Amino acid sequence: MTKRTALINARLLDPAARLDAPGGILIEDGRIAARGPEVTAGSAPEGAAVIDCNGACAAPGLVDMRVQLGEPGGEHKETIDSGSLAAAAGGVTAVVALPNTSPVIDDVNVVEFIARRAREVRRVKMFAYGALTRGLKGERLTELGMLKDAGALAFTDGLRAVSSARVMRRALSYAQAFDALIVQHPEEPELAQGGVVTEGEIATRLGLPGIPAIAEAMMIQRDLGLVELTGGRYHAAHVTTAQGLALIRRAKREGWRVTCDTAPHYFALNETAIGEYRTFGKVSPPLRPEADRRAVVEALADGAIDAIASDHDPQDQESKRLPFADAEPGIVGLESLLPLSLELYHNGHMPLLDVMEKLTCGPADLLGLPLGRLAPGAPGDVVVFDPEIPARIDVDAFRSKSRNSPFDRRPVQGRVLRTVVDGRTVFEAG
Amino acid sequence: MADAAPYSYPHRHLLGIEGLAPGEISALLDLSESYVEQSRRDDKKVAVLKGRTVINVFFETSTRTRTSFELAGKRLGADVINISPDISAIKKGETLLDTALTLNAMRPDLLVVRHPESGAVQLLAEKVDGAVINAGDGWHEHPTQALLDALTIRRRLGGLTGLTVAICGDIMHSRVARSNIHLFNAMGTRVRVVAPPTLMPAEVDRFGVEAFHDMRAGLDGVDIVMMLRLQTERMQGSFVPSVREYFHFFGLDARKLAAARPDALVMHPGPMNRGVEIDSDVADDIHRSLIQEQVEMGVAVRMACLDLLTRKLQSNRAEAA
Repeated sequence: MTKRTALINARLLDPAARLDAPGGILIEDGRIAARGPEVTAGSAPEGAAVIDCNGACAAPGLVDMRVQLGEPGGEHKETIDSGSLAAAAGGVTAVVALPNTSPVIDDVNVVEFIARRAREVRRVKMFAYGALTRGLKGERLTELGMLKDAGALAFTDGLRAVSSARVMRRALSYAQAFDALIVQHPEEPELAQGGVVTEGEIATRLGLPGIPAIAEAMMIQRDLGLVELTGGRYHAAHVTTAQGLALIRRAKREGWRVTCDTAPHYFALNETAIGEYRTFGKVSPPLRPEADRRAVVEALADGAIDAIASDHDPQDQESKRLPFADAEPGIVGLESLLPLSLELYHNGHMPLLDVMEKLTCGPADLLGLPLGRLAPGAPGDVVVFDPEIPARIDVDAFRSKSRNSPFDRRPVQGRVLRTVVDGRTVFEAG
Repeated sequence: MADAAPYSYPHRHLLGIEGLAPGEISALLDLSESYVEQSRRDDKKVAVLKGRTVINVFFETSTRTRTSFELAGKRLGADVINISPDISAIKKGETLLDTALTLNAMRPDLLVVRHPESGAVQLLAEKVDGAVINAGDGWHEHPTQALLDALTIRRRLGGLTGLTVAICGDIMHSRVARSNIHLFNAMGTRVRVVAPPTLMPAEVDRFGVEAFHDMRAGLDGVDIVMMLRLQTERMQGSFVPSVREYFHFFGLDARKLAAARPDALVMHPGPMNRGVEIDSDVADDIHRSLIQEQVEMGVAVRMACLDLLTRKLQSNRAEAA
């Protein structure tokens, strides 16, 4: 029997279709059958579960292209189960996990393990990056073709920059046989070595080793040279500096196949969030000066940045309650992704529809996923949220196993009310 | 400040010079003066800290500073215990906070802590009931060193305001430089920093100092030349090409010192690398060098810090009771 769900009385936000209008969504057997003003309580077919959105926004479920789930190997920080609960609570219906697990996702078996665990948990959609090099060592390429066939969406060495120009050139070149996307952590590792904060006044005052902000642009510059050489498809992860973004903007004007994303902490915080050695503000790449934060906002608004990813990096107490230089970097982000991104709208930097684009079809399109849209035939993944309601980020209410957020107690506006995956409600606000 | 109780110091810990008010610094220095006199008597001991426990916790090896604190504590009548990483569980993977809790359970009144990481002493201070003195954390601060330097200058020249001090050498990695910059800024002393560009921290001009890469220019007309120690591993091609080149351009010798005021004084926090950052002729010149006096002032300053923090601790406990 066909299973039907009708979400009615919503403000539909479908950035892929540039649609912002009242209406409803009808989902049949997990796929969107209709969306628009014609879907109402009266028009819903017999036997359909009718959900009244009471005027709240209904948008495609968020696609978070950069998360760490802890599993396999780091289950004390996060598991596929806890991570998917956190995702659902955050309105995220699809996550893409980094390969820096233990074992590393550099083998078909590990890709299949994650897919199987995701099916068992059966909450949100889970995809994985394949490692670009074996063991993330930056030396020998993994079996990109076979990993891609097994389901790896794109390739990256995760938190590590591919340091060798020769390896990066081969990767960008070889990956074209499979139309695979190469994702870089853009930071010149030799220049960044030992650094834990952005070089400058704050690093000097705290006596912490700094990373010059130019380390980002240097790596992007080099990689863009290799993109020009090879014609490969390149994505710079979490871009954070004005210079880095200027290079991306220029590459896009040249028509090269280059994209990038950023994370909420790079537009919602600047380096002063470190305060007096607050390790919850330690992240890689490090938080930047205010001028760079503003450049990130500007690049989101003008389209130089294609996507916002949470950069969800769960860390337990033992990894953070250490002297700053010894603490692990990372911010837990799945459950604050939407409200923090909505600040861009509330502060008047971007229309609501554009913010949603960076969270839905933006990342989906660059990864080649048929997600992040409300078009008939698309998977029935929907987030229902109220963008205006005042709230506070509360780490104690997080579903994630970890609490390492510098945003705790931050007043925000916006709240996820319901998350729907393939027509099934996987989260409902209490 | 003027009508406050004598030697007023309102903080629970002494974690750094940054943020201390000029009056608080003066209070510490004034009390230190009295301990200089006492330390020169035959009977050096008083009972101010009788029954109190001071634990020196040094996660980084140090003979001078630890001994200075130990002597300070003993002259005040406290029970002083030294703990260093070799004899504790730190090397067995115990975290800093575990160590803090273990130490706290011994109910020390004062903890004197040195650690190789910036910010580590503050982290530890958040987890203990007693007062904490930072005896040096990474590149961040070494407040008692700055205080003893200030006391040495004040006693010799009668004050700090209006003087010009040149701090020379490895500014980037120096907690001594940072604490001194904060202290001199608070007390109205002009500060110059002189270093090769590779050893100059980023945006140092934001700290109210004048930066120089040339010793003669930097020393021109200064009242005090304060040399810093350069660690061996930093002068073999990583930050500077060689010891020889470093000494030639940045080492203090009589020729470079001639650029300073004729009666300019020379300081060094020790231990010195003779022939690397300082020439023996200068270091040993009894008319110019304050280096031995710095060591003596160190004990007095640490006595004053232990004393004031204990008074504060006592008044906190009295309030809580």
